[in-house]
Amino acid sequence: MRAAFIQTLIEIAGRDDRIWLLTGDLGYSVIEPFVALFPQRYVNAGVAEQNMIGLAAGLALTGKTVFVYSIANFPTLRCLEQIRNDVCGHNLSVKVVAVGGGFSYGALGYSHHGIEDLAILRALPRMEVAAPADPVETRLITGLMAESGGPAYLRLGKNREPVLHATAPALKRGHPLAVRAGEKVAILATGGILEPCLKAAGTPCAMGKHPAVYSVPWLKPMDRQSIAAVARRFTHIVTVEEAQVCGGLGGAVAEILAELPAPHARLTRLGVPDIILENAFSQAAAREKVGITADAIAATIAALA
Amino acid sequence: MTTTTLALDIRRHTLQMVTRACASHVGGCLSIADLLAVLYGEVLRIDPQDPDWQDRDRFILSKGHACAALYAALAVKGFFPVEELEQFGMDGSRLTTHAGYAVPGVELSTGSLGHGLPVSCGLALAAKRDHKAWRTFVLVSDGECEEGSTWEAALFAGHHGLDNLVAIVDANGLQGLGTVREILNLDPLADKLRDFGWAVHEIDGHEHEQIRKALLEVPCVPGKPTAIIAHTIKGKGVSFMEHKLEWHYKSPSAEQLLAALLELGTPE
Repeated sequence: MRAAFIQTLIEIAGRDDRIWLLTGDLGYSVIEPFVALFPQRYVNAGVAEQNMIGLAAGLALTGKTVFVYSIANFPTLRCLEQIRNDVCGHNLSVKVVAVGGGFSYGALGYSHHGIEDLAILRALPRMEVAAPADPVETRLITGLMAESGGPAYLRLGKNREPVLHATAPALKRGHPLAVRAGEKVAILATGGILEPCLKAAGTPCAMGKHPAVYSVPWLKPMDRQSIAAVARRFTHIVTVEEAQVCGGLGGAVAEILAELPAPHARLTRLGVPDIILENAFSQAAAREKVGITADAIAATIAALA
Repeated sequence: MTTTTLALDIRRHTLQMVTRACASHVGGCLSIADLLAVLYGEVLRIDPQDPDWQDRDRFILSKGHACAALYAALAVKGFFPVEELEQFGMDGSRLTTHAGYAVPGVELSTGSLGHGLPVSCGLALAAKRDHKAWRTFVLVSDGECEEGSTWEAALFAGHHGLDNLVAIVDANGLQGLGTVREILNLDPLADKLRDFGWAVHEIDGHEHEQIRKALLEVPCVPGKPTAIIAHTIKGKGVSFMEHKLEWHYKSPSAEQLLAALLELGTPE
């Protein structure tokens, strides 16, 4: 995803000289092509994220579109108030990009688990929050964010994620995307966890159920009508995210369903519960630990009444 | 209008605004009145008729709690009608009691300390890279220099040689619960900033000639950001407020307002 991001950003920067890239001294073997092409629109802010977001806000105040690149929680939680006051408060075109969403850096420990970001960034007014599922979605969403003119958060995985969309889908800001047709059960997934969801939907473990699968790249905005339509069409919705279910995708969908007149689908939320993984776990092992592997998702679906 | 008259106007308006709104922070407003008067009277290249003029100098009040003084300066300079100052802090008014960018002439909403210098670095960097002549001035409090983000930005400005950036420190020596020296001592602040790559002036922040000289000599040293440590008196101009911590919080009574205005005198 990070390769897809930087390639897209380079393409956009080639035709739009407002595009800048800031990094908090991260992006080795990723950002170099941008730096080589646009050195006057690049700054390494050093290991100083609060200042980095302030810089981005100052640059954006002069009309620039500033992408800020770092990993996990460094460009978000570390400098949350700068994002809140300086970026959102002034509705500036600053796009915070974090690689290492979820448990991408699982074995590095809790400091590097990007699992509360979706819930926290979603709470900020004016902030767009998106977690693409694959390189194809990454390209499309990066392009849309560059044009939006307001604050945005782009949550990426790491690299070499599989392509899940054979052809470029018609992504619409804030709308879920039907990836696999099905009946009775709809899986809604955000980010790279879409891949095991698709596997789960195709596995015999689903016990005769044929779940539909939706990619939900945008946590915010989230089109209520689209979610409501899914909720009326299916008997169960299962949300899956590599993030805290509290306030994340599960939380966002629950908010919509809670205000939706019955009858509508029941909701099951899969994701990270209110725990901290303190030992070393690879991404795969961490997913297993919290029950969001393909097998665990399939088992959840199989158990639905 | 002389800067002396402007400073008096700022003080008089500020006292009335803060009293009417039952607002706090009058002490920190009075400490920056002279700095604002020289900035808005003689230094900043701005156009009140065109607040968004692209090539204007940028001024950021990082100590946003002192915005009553800034609003007063902007109104007197013609950015918006002076009568609007009566709306300070009133429900629905754009004149919030921490600086709000909805007010013409205010570049950045502030209130949480430690935000102004990083954003100012971004502005200064933009002007540098775009080969623009406009400058960025930012006024920070001394207490605010305890914020880590201020030092991240100070390091950045020095490293990148942002000589189109001027940081003025309102060194009134008082912060929330006491003196800066006893709470989290910054001394020697000038040496710290020099070590971070800044050119540093130390001035009396109430002597207009000193302020003028420092601000008109920008950049002080080519290739370096300029810091002006302005030694000031919290509550300056109103004897019963000077050096008093309580005027970070209290709002003047009607009698106190009258006494303060009498002491300040009226513009000639």
